[in-house]
Amino acid sequence: MLAQQLFNALVLGSVHALFALGFTLTFGVLRVINLLYGFYVAAGAFAALVAVQSLGLGLWAAGAFGVVVAGLVAVVCDFLVLTPLRRAKAPELSSLIVTLGGVLLMNSLMQIVFGAEVRRFPARLLGQDAVTIGPLVVAPIQLVIIATVFVLVALLFWFMERTRLGTAIRAVAERPDTAALMGVNVGLVVAGVSFLSAALSATAGILIGLNFNAVHPYMGEPMMLRGFAIIIIGGLGDIRGALVAGLALGFLEVMTAGYVSSNLKEAVAFTALILGLWLRPNGLFGRASGKRA
Amino acid sequence: MMATLDDLLWSYQSLIYGLGTNAILGLSMYAVLQLGQLSLGQAAFMGIGAYTGALLTLRLGLPFPLVLAAAAMVPALAALVIGGPTMKLSGVHLAIATIGLGEVLRVAYINTDAMGGALGLSGIPEKSTFAIIFGLLAVILAGFILASRSKIGRACEAIREDEAAARVMGIDVSAYKMTALVISAALAGLAGALNAHFSSFIGPNEFAFEAAVSILSFAILGGVTTPFGPVLGAFVLTALPELLRPFHDFRLVFNGLIIVLVVIFLPRGILGFRIRRTGG
Repeated sequence: MLAQQLFNALVLGSVHALFALGFTLTFGVLRVINLLYGFYVAAGAFAALVAVQSLGLGLWAAGAFGVVVAGLVAVVCDFLVLTPLRRAKAPELSSLIVTLGGVLLMNSLMQIVFGAEVRRFPARLLGQDAVTIGPLVVAPIQLVIIATVFVLVALLFWFMERTRLGTAIRAVAERPDTAALMGVNVGLVVAGVSFLSAALSATAGILIGLNFNAVHPYMGEPMMLRGFAIIIIGGLGDIRGALVAGLALGFLEVMTAGYVSSNLKEAVAFTALILGLWLRPNGLFGRASGKRA
Repeated sequence: MMATLDDLLWSYQSLIYGLGTNAILGLSMYAVLQLGQLSLGQAAFMGIGAYTGALLTLRLGLPFPLVLAAAAMVPALAALVIGGPTMKLSGVHLAIATIGLGEVLRVAYINTDAMGGALGLSGIPEKSTFAIIFGLLAVILAGFILASRSKIGRACEAIREDEAAARVMGIDVSAYKMTALVISAALAGLAGALNAHFSSFIGPNEFAFEAAVSILSFAILGGVTTPFGPVLGAFVLTALPELLRPFHDFRLVFNGLIIVLVVIFLPRGILGFRIRRTGG
């Protein structure tokens, strides 16, 4: 029982962590709480679903299609909505509010286009039935999820630390003006981060959609609430913190649902968020900071 | 003449009452936005007030003024707990702390039988009258206007313009922010109770994310440079869907679009984050 719960927690937690990585990355670089980020969960999942149903693609090809579509949508959305505000040097609250309007707009449009009902991937896509490994009952898709998340996280860390674009992204996150003076193309970095983070969000959406075999226009909203808890607890913009906090939140949720009450599961993220703000307002690994005169 | 007015009130009663309660909600958002803070918990605070009020009326039969006072106080307490830790942090943190409140409460209402569960509470007696709603709106509006013209108003403007500078000038920024949040939660709770006592029904799904964004759109459209802004915004956005019934499905799309367009094309003017003082 406990082993099974821990395994389920690992599956859930790794998807949470993947989702929150992109969320915290956007904040770290663009300095914007981008609520549209939740929309890319459903956008990616729907694009993958369309690719399976209308284009007849297989699991991996459809997944890649969904991820790329969501990434491109994000580049366009950010260009239309956030770039004008960045140029005008608008306060950070304006950017938050504009993405709030944006996500309401996009989610409602999506519901008008696709309908509110839950859609499912065809059964053939999900592979064989669950297998028993020792004390664990494991669905093949759960193994796909864990493997995908770990490969992507490793790639992300390698990309951020070892490549030219990754270094440029970190430079812009640190000091955008200085980075621009050093010859970093800030516009390109911003577009790259938009694409990359939406791609992570869409991947999480597709994995969640496959895991529960349910895709619907508002599937990003519960993810966003968890995402907020994770990036606050992990520290805004802190990639390593998001990874730890994401796994921890998955663990807490599964344990609460398993041993306390499944109704309370929905409250775990919010409670963690408020406690985090009271106890560690700068995140798990954060140092005190703040604007001083 | 009186007969026509009565007729008008009767056939459009819920719309007219809705204009009043939504204007109070717009002002509740104004209370925090004018400090450069953003609360996304206004719908949740409204829901706490609505449930508190409805339960006190239905179960205990308390007199209406007492019900309204309690409906304002309970969400104010919730605001202290949730907003408390964010007062020394940026405005973004308050938004993050409050955004999940509605969803958590929704699940709580559904799973609590004493609160009517998924069916909600119905048969709430109609105790809100035109005089009570618009009388309270007038008092609240007058309070905000007086405050904005006093020392308090200038302090709020200083905080919104530059928090660090305001602090240096000796303004207790955290106290101002906390007070604003508590007032805003109390007003939202009051509006919720007023609303529950004329619609006769409240349900767990009425106070979720969409409702929070609608309340924000009242203040964004009207602007927060004067307290009249959110009232005007609430009037326009409450009346408009009635006039545009054929487009009812696009109501949320429209709400989202208004926010996006106003913030991008009138970022400083209507939001009023950087108002230039004209004259003295």
